[in-house]
Amino acid sequence: MNSDKILSISNLIAGYGETEILHNVSIEVHKNEIVSIIGPNGAGKSTILKAILGTLDIKSGEIFLLEKKITGIKPSDIVRKGVGYVPQTDNVFVSLSVHENLEMGAWTIETNLKEKFEELYNLFPDLKDKRNQLAGQLSGGQRQMVAMAKALILNAEVLLLDEPTAGLSPKYRGEIFATIQRINKSGLPVLMVEQNAKQALQISHRGYVLVDGSNRYTGTGQDLSSDPDVARMFLGSRG
Amino acid sequence: MWESFWFEFINFYFIPGLVLGCIYALGAIGITLTFGILRFANFAHGEIMMTSSYLTWEFVLVASSFGLILHPIIGAIPASICAIILALIVDRLFYKPFRNSPTIMIVIASFGMMLIIRSMVQVIWGPNQITFVKGIAKPNSIIKDFTSSIDIMLLIPNKHIFILLGTIIIMLIFNYLLSSTKIGKGMRAVSDNPNLAEVSGINVENIVKATWVVGGFCAAAAGVFLAMDTQFIESTMGFRMLLPMFAAAILGGIGRPFGAVAGGLIIGLAEELSAYPWLGDGPVISPGYKSGVAFSIMVVMLIFRPSGLFRGRVF
Repeated sequence: MNSDKILSISNLIAGYGETEILHNVSIEVHKNEIVSIIGPNGAGKSTILKAILGTLDIKSGEIFLLEKKITGIKPSDIVRKGVGYVPQTDNVFVSLSVHENLEMGAWTIETNLKEKFEELYNLFPDLKDKRNQLAGQLSGGQRQMVAMAKALILNAEVLLLDEPTAGLSPKYRGEIFATIQRINKSGLPVLMVEQNAKQALQISHRGYVLVDGSNRYTGTGQDLSSDPDVARMFLGSRG
Repeated sequence: MWESFWFEFINFYFIPGLVLGCIYALGAIGITLTFGILRFANFAHGEIMMTSSYLTWEFVLVASSFGLILHPIIGAIPASICAIILALIVDRLFYKPFRNSPTIMIVIASFGMMLIIRSMVQVIWGPNQITFVKGIAKPNSIIKDFTSSIDIMLLIPNKHIFILLGTIIIMLIFNYLLSSTKIGKGMRAVSDNPNLAEVSGINVENIVKATWVVGGFCAAAAGVFLAMDTQFIESTMGFRMLLPMFAAAILGGIGRPFGAVAGGLIIGLAEELSAYPWLGDGPVISPGYKSGVAFSIMVVMLIFRPSGLFRGRVF
């Protein structure tokens, strides 16, 4: 099991300045997995992703990418080491075109850029026709696609998604989840934080339920969806 | 037929307005880039402009002592390199330590730099006005003769031709830099969303340096063009330009360099055209209140459309 561990977070305590948000959180993402983190608002779900990216203060605990420690490294270096990240909001450069957004994602790549772009346009065909359009003029769902494509271009080892379907219509929500599955099938593990917990667990191999900054439940996507406690507390009738 | 209205309007209001607009536009580029990328209002920007004009004057003077008569544009080349170095040093020593501090600290630091640079210039060159270019600027005779032969007499002095052409060339280079080079696109990206740029793997510190190079160069060009236009230099000339340049940056949208260019041209034209006798014989607004026009535009924009014409950042 150890050999296919892509990302592992162990006993993480972190927060903003003096305020501690995560108390002893442990999470693992293995090869070819989609892993979801669900939980109520304010549980610290998005904070975990920010901790992985190195944009907040880590008090104790360690984060490993491919068994190499990445705690204490600059965010731009963590991205270069293979962590693709799509923030929940403000995740595209609105005043740049779609293609320029992808170019910014590819900042550290010097070679084979053309093929990389072609690959991404094949993965996100909707974006091909809009390559010269300003990202700020796209719909929410299309922006999310640009953000994902931008994060993928760096040959990421793992993709972190912060509430990828927040604020999207049900039609786009389905499309985004389908895209996430497509990305995952191409061999990329995904760690996502989601409010639409039911749908997220349906496509996830494993899931973590986070409450008040601590692990509460862990299991396969299917087990968590069918767990009566989890369903009652966190899935509700929404989906 | 070239009626007296158009003759007066074009030659004495429109062209000077355009020239002033070019100077504002060049200055506002640096302001909007630092505002967008480093998120602070750089009060010392006008002093970089002013210092460049003094340095240009000094280079021309030194060359003339060797019997070499240099056009100010030539003298501006080494001066702009010095201005860029000055901007980079000021950033490294006085702004970088405050990068993660509350914005007000870096704003105060820039205010302090404004006073320090101005005082240093006064220590070196004295507090009095210095004549930058001697003599009266006569209209270019070729343009005058040609245009009067087709009934539209244009009176454009050579200094204005230099300023207009110089600005167009700098804008074309600037446009190429921002829209077609990696570093330029990176500058737009960081200006658009610095946090996203950081997590996209862009080396933001390098972009910051590039910003000072571009901003410093444009400030140097603006300072030298202003000195060529007014034909004198003095230590408060940069500070006097600060308000209209801020107005131009806000009008165009903070962090939008092309917006700053548009904003600069609009403010320059508005200031000059506000003095035209649109109603009756006297100027609509006395030329003494010209800077009030820039200020009014800035206030109106901040109230009704704080994101500016090109939808920039709102603070």
